[in-house]
Amino acid sequence: MIVAVIDYGSGNLRSAAKAIEKVVSEIGKGKVLITRDPKEVLNATHIVLPGQGSFVDCMLGLQAIGGMIDTLENQVIDKYLPFLGICVGMQLTADVGEENQEVDGLGWVPGKVVKINPQNPSLKIPHMGWNSVKLTSSKHPIKSALQKETEMYFVHSYHFEVKNSDHLIGTTDYEETLAAIVGKDNIIGTQFHPEKSQLAGLKFIEWFLRWRP
Amino acid sequence: MLKTRLIPCLDVKNGRVVKGVNFIDLKDAGDPVEQAKFYDDSGADELCFLDITASHENRGTILGVVERTAEQCFIPLTVGGGIRTLEDIRRLLKAGADKISINTAAVKNPKLVESAAKKFGSQCVVVALDARRTNKSYEIFTHGGRTQTGLDALDWAKRMESLGAGEILLTSMDRDGTQKGFDLELTQMIADAVKIPLIASGGVGKLQHLVDGVKVGHASAVLAASIFHFGAYSIGEAKTYMESKGIAIRLK
Repeated sequence: MIVAVIDYGSGNLRSAAKAIEKVVSEIGKGKVLITRDPKEVLNATHIVLPGQGSFVDCMLGLQAIGGMIDTLENQVIDKYLPFLGICVGMQLTADVGEENQEVDGLGWVPGKVVKINPQNPSLKIPHMGWNSVKLTSSKHPIKSALQKETEMYFVHSYHFEVKNSDHLIGTTDYEETLAAIVGKDNIIGTQFHPEKSQLAGLKFIEWFLRWRP
Repeated sequence: MLKTRLIPCLDVKNGRVVKGVNFIDLKDAGDPVEQAKFYDDSGADELCFLDITASHENRGTILGVVERTAEQCFIPLTVGGGIRTLEDIRRLLKAGADKISINTAAVKNPKLVESAAKKFGSQCVVVALDARRTNKSYEIFTHGGRTQTGLDALDWAKRMESLGAGEILLTSMDRDGTQKGFDLELTQMIADAVKIPLIASGGVGKLQHLVDGVKVGHASAVLAASIFHFGAYSIGEAKTYMESKGIAIRLK
């Protein structure tokens, strides 16, 4: 198992890499590469795209690495490798992000990323902290790893509105219902941070690493 | 439903815990990583290290502590104390901190908050406000409460929010260490004036104080040090109590 964690200048990758390393060492042999080299991504068995900061900065960061987006599309769309997007890394799989300005995303999962806008003034932005994730899909294999409701750690001000409800795998409530897990074929994305969600998060990562989509 | 966060804070000096839990089952109670792991296992929602290392030469020791903690703790870790530059922040994040907390440096150079939020994202920029009641209202103090700044706490909180702070860690210097509870008037005033989450700190001596900080003070998170360190209460007891008072909290 070779897990490529894509380093495109988006804040803190170490947390994600450390959590994945821990799970990899527990379930078998393998290594975790924090990489910005498309060649290394070609050798990976699993791809993880973390992300912090704004949609546009993350997209620009990804575009700035020559050949990275082509390589990701080759590996994820053509070769069907298991792909995990975390937080903004998940949001980037959308068609478009409306953070500050309208920017095209990777377009792998139909939908758009828009601001969270609660009417209740006591609901703070960012949506930060532990919130329950409810599984909404009865078909997705993730149901083997998560309970019907699991507490996960969130920190975000924008959310992913998926176009096709089949791609909405889990939700969380913050006045409105927000996408917590989106999935399409071999792509899974979490708005929460599994690497910061203690045992429940490590269990999610383990499920991802064992997943054979 | 979003849960209220309970955050234990550890004071770390030259890489060692100064105030911390003293439980016999810890191999080395002075090791911040062991303490962090203990709190992680007990159900803490986040962890906070306050680096109180005085000498410049020893400042790097916190990086090793953060690195080792990140390998073993899988909840958010905030590190504060002595952060002056973007490079300080970058090093801590790279070592595995999820958020950094800026206090004195934000007062000396508010632009640091703005550039840190731009560079690393608001989600990792916590601005720590140490406030003390003065005859007009509340004023910001720095250097552990010794230096008066003349800045009005409410205005300052709003300014930090507008510069891109993702969260405010508010400490009442009048209450810190007194075990008399949070300054609820101050907490509520700031929490209601900003859109970003507020962590209340300073003065917790009883579990009811944690409840008051949320219900009366409108804090999104509560931070405490000594009630946990000296074993008066465990994280689990605190959370069970908060839940019994109607606060949504994550229970193990």
